[in-house]
Amino acid sequence: MTSLAALHGLTQNFAGPTGTIEALRGISAEIAPGVITGVVGPDGAGKTTLLRHLAGLLRPSAGRVEVFGHDMAREAAKAYPYIGYMPQRFGLYEDLSVAENLSLFADLHGLTGAERDERSNMLLEFTGLAPFTRRLASALSGGMKQKLGLACALLARPRLLLLDEPSVGVDPASRRELWRIVERMMAQAEGQMGVVWATSYLDEAERCASVLLLHEGRLLSAVPPADFLAPLQGRVYRVTLPAQKRRQAVAGAKTLPGVLDALVQGDTLRLVLAPGAPAPDASRFGGGAVSFVPPRFEDGFIDRLVTLSPQTAPSPALAVEPPHDGKPVIEVRHLIRLFGDFTAVDDVSFSIPRGEIFGLLGPNGAGKSTTFRMLCGLLRPSGGTAHVAGADLLTAAATARQKLGYMAQKFSLYGELTVRQNLDFFARAYGLRGGARRAAIAEACDRFELKEVVDSTAAALPLGVKQRLSLAAALLHEPEILFLDEPTSGVDPLNRRAFWARIGQLADAGVTVLVTSHFMDEAEYCDRLAIISQGRVIATDTPAQLRARVRSEALPDPTLEDAFIQLVGAAA
Amino acid sequence: MSPRWQRLRGLARKEMLQILRDPSALLIAFLLPVVLLFVIGFGLSLDAHKLKLAAVIEAGSEPVRGISEALDASPYLNVYWAPSGQAARLALDAGQVRGILTMREDFAERLVNPQRWPAQAQLAVNATDPNTGTLLSGYVQGAFSSWLAGTMTEDVLTPPGGIALETRFWYNPDLRSSDFIVPGIIVLVMSMTGTLLTALIVSREWERGTMESMLAAPASMAELVGAKLGVYFVLGMASMAMAAILTVTVFGVPLRGSVLLLALISALFLIFALAQGLFISTIARNQFVSAQLAFLSTMMPAMMLSGMLFDIASMPRWLQLITCFIPARYFVSALQTLFLAGNVWSVLLPNLLALAVAAILATAATLAVTHRRLD
Amino acid sequence: MLARILALVLKELTSLWADKKTRFVLIIPPLVQVVLFANAATYDVMHVPLAVWNEDAGVQSSELIRGFTYSRAFAAGPEVFSPMQAQSALESKQAAAVLHVPQDFSADILARRTTHVQLLIDARRSNTALIVSAYASQIVSAYAAKVTRAGAGPVDIALTYLLNPSLASRWLILPALVVILSMMMTTMISALSLARERELGTFEQMLVTPLRPVEIMLGKAVPSLLVGLLEANIVLLAALLLFGVPFKGNLLLFQFTLVVFSLAGVAVGLAISSFTHTQQQAILGVFIYAAPAIVISGYASPIENMPLILQWASKLDPITYMLVISRGMFLTRLPVSLIWAQSWPMILIAVALLAMATQAVRRSVV
Repeated sequence: MTSLAALHGLTQNFAGPTGTIEALRGISAEIAPGVITGVVGPDGAGKTTLLRHLAGLLRPSAGRVEVFGHDMAREAAKAYPYIGYMPQRFGLYEDLSVAENLSLFADLHGLTGAERDERSNMLLEFTGLAPFTRRLASALSGGMKQKLGLACALLARPRLLLLDEPSVGVDPASRRELWRIVERMMAQAEGQMGVVWATSYLDEAERCASVLLLHEGRLLSAVPPADFLAPLQGRVYRVTLPAQKRRQAVAGAKTLPGVLDALVQGDTLRLVLAPGAPAPDASRFGGGAVSFVPPRFEDGFIDRLVTLSPQTAPSPALAVEPPHDGKPVIEVRHLIRLFGDFTAVDDVSFSIPRGEIFGLLGPNGAGKSTTFRMLCGLLRPSGGTAHVAGADLLTAAATARQKLGYMAQKFSLYGELTVRQNLDFFARAYGLRGGARRAAIAEACDRFELKEVVDSTAAALPLGVKQRLSLAAALLHEPEILFLDEPTSGVDPLNRRAFWARIGQLADAGVTVLVTSHFMDEAEYCDRLAIISQGRVIATDTPAQLRARVRSEALPDPTLEDAFIQLVGAAA
Repeated sequence: MSPRWQRLRGLARKEMLQILRDPSALLIAFLLPVVLLFVIGFGLSLDAHKLKLAAVIEAGSEPVRGISEALDASPYLNVYWAPSGQAARLALDAGQVRGILTMREDFAERLVNPQRWPAQAQLAVNATDPNTGTLLSGYVQGAFSSWLAGTMTEDVLTPPGGIALETRFWYNPDLRSSDFIVPGIIVLVMSMTGTLLTALIVSREWERGTMESMLAAPASMAELVGAKLGVYFVLGMASMAMAAILTVTVFGVPLRGSVLLLALISALFLIFALAQGLFISTIARNQFVSAQLAFLSTMMPAMMLSGMLFDIASMPRWLQLITCFIPARYFVSALQTLFLAGNVWSVLLPNLLALAVAAILATAATLAVTHRRLD
Repeated sequence: MLARILALVLKELTSLWADKKTRFVLIIPPLVQVVLFANAATYDVMHVPLAVWNEDAGVQSSELIRGFTYSRAFAAGPEVFSPMQAQSALESKQAAAVLHVPQDFSADILARRTTHVQLLIDARRSNTALIVSAYASQIVSAYAAKVTRAGAGPVDIALTYLLNPSLASRWLILPALVVILSMMMTTMISALSLARERELGTFEQMLVTPLRPVEIMLGKAVPSLLVGLLEANIVLLAALLLFGVPFKGNLLLFQFTLVVFSLAGVAVGLAISSFTHTQQQAILGVFIYAAPAIVISGYASPIENMPLILQWASKLDPITYMLVISRGMFLTRLPVSLIWAQSWPMILIAVALLAMATQAVRRSVV
């Protein structure tokens, strides 16, 4: 079986703001037809660059890319007609309707007559977009946009389908539908079509026939998931956790010998041990029953990463100990927000006591960010109230803002300034003067491991470091309340764990944390969750309880994603 | 239909739909020119009508009726009779008058008596505008001559043996500056519009990520650029047509040349401007830099170096050479001739050729920098 | 409050200085523009190509013609011998004027008879046409006075030029360039600074901090104002040193007025950007504002010639006032009362626009 595409020692360097960025380092791999090949890795790993090479949009700095036997550096034009490409950000024309978008791509691929109509209709049906042909692309939901993008890429019967993170941020139901559509199209193509699916969702990796695991431009592995996970068999355990003092238990578990990773999963703790390490002794940290579990892709990733970049122990807790008066720190009552005749937030209510980590969980477009922004005083509610530390931030004095730390979804610090300059600005903006300011900045650099990059331009930093910087800036003034908007999207698992460890410490020290996320698994880190879908709160409870609600014979061990789908489906 | 035409048609249709659904392109193409035409067309007048003049008779005596009649009757003068030399000077310093005409005490007597000609006066001008001096002097002379013509016979006026100078103004006998400025404004407008239209498009495509998916489709860069330029060309020509109609109807500038030639020359310049806009926005990823570049390369040269405001022949030689590389210059020259003189081929042909060269070079440059790839 | 504003000012300045391209754009283009435009903007009429149609063979006609060609205003053009040729020379722009001397010219002069000469002028550029006509009649009367020794016309006007004895018209443009170039830069920078933050998302981050809308406005205004001052002084230095234009007024006082003017420019820029969501739109806004503003300020043509509505509009334009101050201070010692009379409207405009922009920022939290 000849491969559809092959990479030979592919290297790609970019000129960055401060020197060269090595986006891809000597990647060699093959893409087979008839299967889905996953390209997996966190943001900045090089997935998009790799796909762009396969699409013929970049010329390699070194090495060779061949698609259908053509060298893409010289004969790309010959391969173009058979490639379907869906770029990461919506490659659609927002001003055009669904039908107009499809028609455009049909024209571009030279489809005419009966074949054109047939293909278009079939795809419209597959994607469920048939009733929406006249709607403008801008008015589609996130999931629908991705489906349309997929349809456009599939129109011309490509032999090589390249999908760059097609399911990122999309609601879980749509995510599954995207997979179904692709699998169905592959079946229709009778083994002639090969798909390259780039994703940072590690659970999607397991559905691929073979996975190219990328990290910082390097290919860590290029084998089928089963082979990838083989070495981890027998090294992964599950331990039930005590109901109270959970975080201490987790911290305790991490100190056991040979533990590479400890991750909370509902009421259990998942432990990955080094090869040859003894079974964990649960009594050492207050845990309960211990059992083997089959390894997941994420476990394998952590395994590889830990050997690459040894983790430092998380730094000690903050000294924040604000007064405790039992009143809820964040109180939202019947919050409503309209944009024209579209209801983004529909009667949302919740309240958060001090020191709790509270999560707003839901897909893109559900209304999380809108709720968030109303809480921060960035948006005026159409109805209802939102109070933070007893004040309405929309009208409150500057002193109220002093208590709040905010970390936005997209990196929103100043890219052209250095780390130090950014921290300096925010310190001053929060009123830290002279010696206090210098001390705060020094401590932030220390605690967040920014010392090495303190004079680097922020834009040049890798994503994980940017997140640390954003968090450091938000904490400079030691706020009582922390708002985090999708803080870890796209970050690799190790950095994500370190991040949550820090958040956990902050919460223990009394900081109230409000988090939004579309990443179902992250919700496990929260003390309580509100599941939000289409502007409404579907359910508010602890993660364990939410999963318990949907436990059934068919689903004996539901994940939060299952819980989400079930609860949203029941409410609809 | 051949695949290539199909692709072009599809791309063109996409561009058209986008324009219709997004107002900013329409604003640039139609609102901006109208605003500029009206403000600059009515605001910028180089006609030296009604210059303000302070008049003083020495020793502060009252002006004889004849003199005040003469000066006040001039259509070019707006006379302020100052009570004293100081008052006149103050007015000059404050910018309220352009010059001070100081007449000797015996001016009136000498004026009406040819034996005692010339009557003497002094004209002091604010030197920030040297031509005003020459003009004011001429107007005052003219004012007195006209007045005298009403009271004396012809041969008294022109002394025997004198030389009478007859001046004929061709192509623009009313000496309306708007007749040459307004065509110049069209150049400015086309320049800005063309560049701004295309600059907007490219960055928006990059922002929205649609550029990427376009690149991955079988369309070639020439087709992508061509479709864009094509549709925006049509929009630009519509804008040009509107500007030309306004010029003729609202501003009353005559169009003595052929409309076809006007369309051809405008088309060439428009292609150049559009390609230039695409070029700028492709190489300058930073918005601030591209804004400065656009400003530097369109508005300022169009206003200053194209011959619209300042006569190129009066500039230093080295600067004249530089203006040879500014297409706006050829467009201005061609438009001024087309509107006011007609189809003068000896003037139009070189300008046409120069514009054609500019258009071709700009398009080639744009194609060269817009890679099919992202690097 | 001051500390927070200071924080923002420091950040802006660091940000501006950090980018090499921005540094370049702040310094080089203004210099280039000054040199180019000061040389381009000449109201002098010089070397006008003059075609001569001389039907007279006598010495007097040659003398008259020499009077033309020797003058700075005219340059010798082609000789023509028929009406058709004259027309063609004018049409094709080989000549901008045709001097037609009739057959009996010399004879008439010698015989002390009145005679005529005719001047055909290409009036496609009407302002130069007028000036050409004025120069021509000066030359003719000078020759007539020399030759006929008869009385000159009814009135003899002695022309004196105050303030500017050597008449270089570039003295007219440079004070204006100081104003215009710095206004463009100031407006552009202030408009983009706000638009950029909005586009990149850093604006929201700022709104969450204790920074109040007024503080944000001031924090953005001050750095842009400093840039405006820098630009104005670059052009000022070029005028003083490169072109040797003297400055009669008080330089310190001038700096003060420049501060006021820059503030107005910043206010305009911030006002423009408070209505826009992207940098592109901000740029568009600045362009749409700049071209009309420059024209109605009276820079190129007198305000009194404009229609009434534009005259009123020019009262709202800071450039109008600063132009008067700049031209005045370069060429005279403008009294403080006059300077104040031109300054307070700018202050008013600045305050009004800043207030409007601040209100818009407040309401952007909509």
